[in-house]
Amino acid sequence: MATKNMSMRDALKRALQEEMERDERVFIMGQEVGQWQGTHRVTQGFLEKFGERRVRDTPISEMAIAGAAVGAAMTGLRPVAEMMTINFAFLALDAMINHAAKIHYMFNGQFKVPLVYRAASGWGNQATATHSHTPEVIWAHFPGLYVGLPATPADAYGMLKTSIRNDNPILFSESIGLYPKPGPVPDDPEYTVPIGKADIKREGKHVTLITYARGLEWCLGAAKELEKDGVECEVVDMRWLRPLDTETVFNSFRKTHRAVIVEESLPFYSFGSELAAQIQEHCFDDMDAPIKRVSALDVPVPYSRDIELMCFPTTEKVVKAVKEIL
Amino acid sequence: MASLSKETLLDWYRQMVLIREFEETCQQLYTDKRITGVYLHLASGHEAIYVGSVANLRIGTDHIITAYRDHGIALALGVEPGAIMAEMMGKRDGTSGGKGGSMHLASAPHNFYGGYAIVGGHLPLATGIALSAKYRETDEIVISMIGDGATNNGYFHESLNMSGVWKLPNIWIIENNGYGMGTEVERSSGNPVLHERAIGYGIHDMGRVDGQDILKMNEAIEEAAKHIRSGGGPVLIEAMTYRYLGHGVSDKQYDTRMKEELEQWKREKDPITLLRGHIVKKHKVSDAEFTKIDDEQRKIVDASVAFAESSPLPSTLEELMAHIYVD
Repeated sequence: MATKNMSMRDALKRALQEEMERDERVFIMGQEVGQWQGTHRVTQGFLEKFGERRVRDTPISEMAIAGAAVGAAMTGLRPVAEMMTINFAFLALDAMINHAAKIHYMFNGQFKVPLVYRAASGWGNQATATHSHTPEVIWAHFPGLYVGLPATPADAYGMLKTSIRNDNPILFSESIGLYPKPGPVPDDPEYTVPIGKADIKREGKHVTLITYARGLEWCLGAAKELEKDGVECEVVDMRWLRPLDTETVFNSFRKTHRAVIVEESLPFYSFGSELAAQIQEHCFDDMDAPIKRVSALDVPVPYSRDIELMCFPTTEKVVKAVKEIL
Repeated sequence: MASLSKETLLDWYRQMVLIREFEETCQQLYTDKRITGVYLHLASGHEAIYVGSVANLRIGTDHIITAYRDHGIALALGVEPGAIMAEMMGKRDGTSGGKGGSMHLASAPHNFYGGYAIVGGHLPLATGIALSAKYRETDEIVISMIGDGATNNGYFHESLNMSGVWKLPNIWIIENNGYGMGTEVERSSGNPVLHERAIGYGIHDMGRVDGQDILKMNEAIEEAAKHIRSGGGPVLIEAMTYRYLGHGVSDKQYDTRMKEELEQWKREKDPITLLRGHIVKKHKVSDAEFTKIDDEQRKIVDASVAFAESSPLPSTLEELMAHIYVD
């Protein structure tokens, strides 16, 4: 397939624009999406192109943004609601969890809620405790929602298209640190990524590194590093936290018999704990070593640079974890 | 206001009696443990607001959404009483197949988006439904009920403000029955004149309306719809009412309201008695005719109970797991 090299930001922009051109029911609402050109510039130029009807600047009203998207979706529109950052989406949790996620079920299928909540996620540049969350597991906890979090521009492109076309409410998390990173993107407006399908980003036979979003960078880095010692890492990029593609994980684990789970988020009740539990339950006889987790430290993220960086996984931490179980 | 025909007035009377009969039956069924869900919020006393609102809807074209005190709207819309009662009992033939219960009635063909059980949670949905009506370039209107207590949480503020900013076709109706659960409006609202909040959102303030007088309710909603359709943007109405029963049936023992207050509302401001008095004054309708209507509603409610009790409970894993996602 022919590809074009572009940043994740441009891949997202392209996906959004193509889906809006393709389907009149798709519209964007959120804080600063129009006149300001999008806080993260994903909707740059959209107001000029699509007009105020389809690119709607909202008041600073997270609950109303999330809830109005539900109402609009119930009538057949396909809103893409931008929460600016995932930290602010906490204000809208009730609308997302009690309404977006439950309406289809609670009314026995009478209404569909086809919407996407886009939110920039992550830490960096001393953003401090309230602006450094990667809390996607909170949404993944609830049946009724899907959660997608791409690690590459190609996945960002295909996954956002899939999400907009899907009939369910989806939290679509975009890693702030990945916006400028370039990569090849399929030059095909019909390119999509199936919901709930993980992707093996590197094949190997000695240990499985399981991750998502920004963790991919650290895992691929660690794999490269460990290659020097003859250790072949298989890197599984989950891409979706719900549905969770355990089949791909189990198949890889049954080959390598060892796993390190790498997550940018907090360690308690986490993606890592869920997956570790599932692996031991389903692959116990294949287990040659304890499952290791590399997570953020269990602490609010501070302001000062050096101690901020201490909070998060690094390539070195992944390498160290792998070495501990070889 | 166009003059109302005898048939219209009698039809409103019929709907209000149906709601009253239905609610009193629910109360009894709850006491008898034939309705077993813990939450049951009855609408006796509020009938004129619902019937007066629905009277101005083009059912299936316009839209309506409410909180958990939702039986009255479903009945006024013409949702099958048997299906509503079956939902109360968690039965397979309920409006939501037994998955929603009393607080989550809905009917897609009636554009009734439901009862919602998180206070204020449905308000931004109403904003979004109205946004859709405008986005699709229609003249559809959206009626949203708001309990007086809901005016004090953030959803109210955000939803009405967004509605005001975008000039959406929302008719916002505060059902002010004087108490948010057990707390008086005066003890919970800095300004207890709730309709005045419209000013802060650039929403047309239609003031207080006597929510016990269906003629006044009808007139107000008619005017509201006209205001919206002539491009005036959303409106806020404060309908003054009183609920005859507890906040929910399970918390009767905490009901601190004055017995005298309740008796006075029933004696002087009962919506059914008021309408009946009006009909008798304007038209020749005998007591026997009213009794006939009353009896018919009794029979409909009895039939709804029989239907609901004969409907099976959902019982399979397939039923439990259906509709978590759209496939």
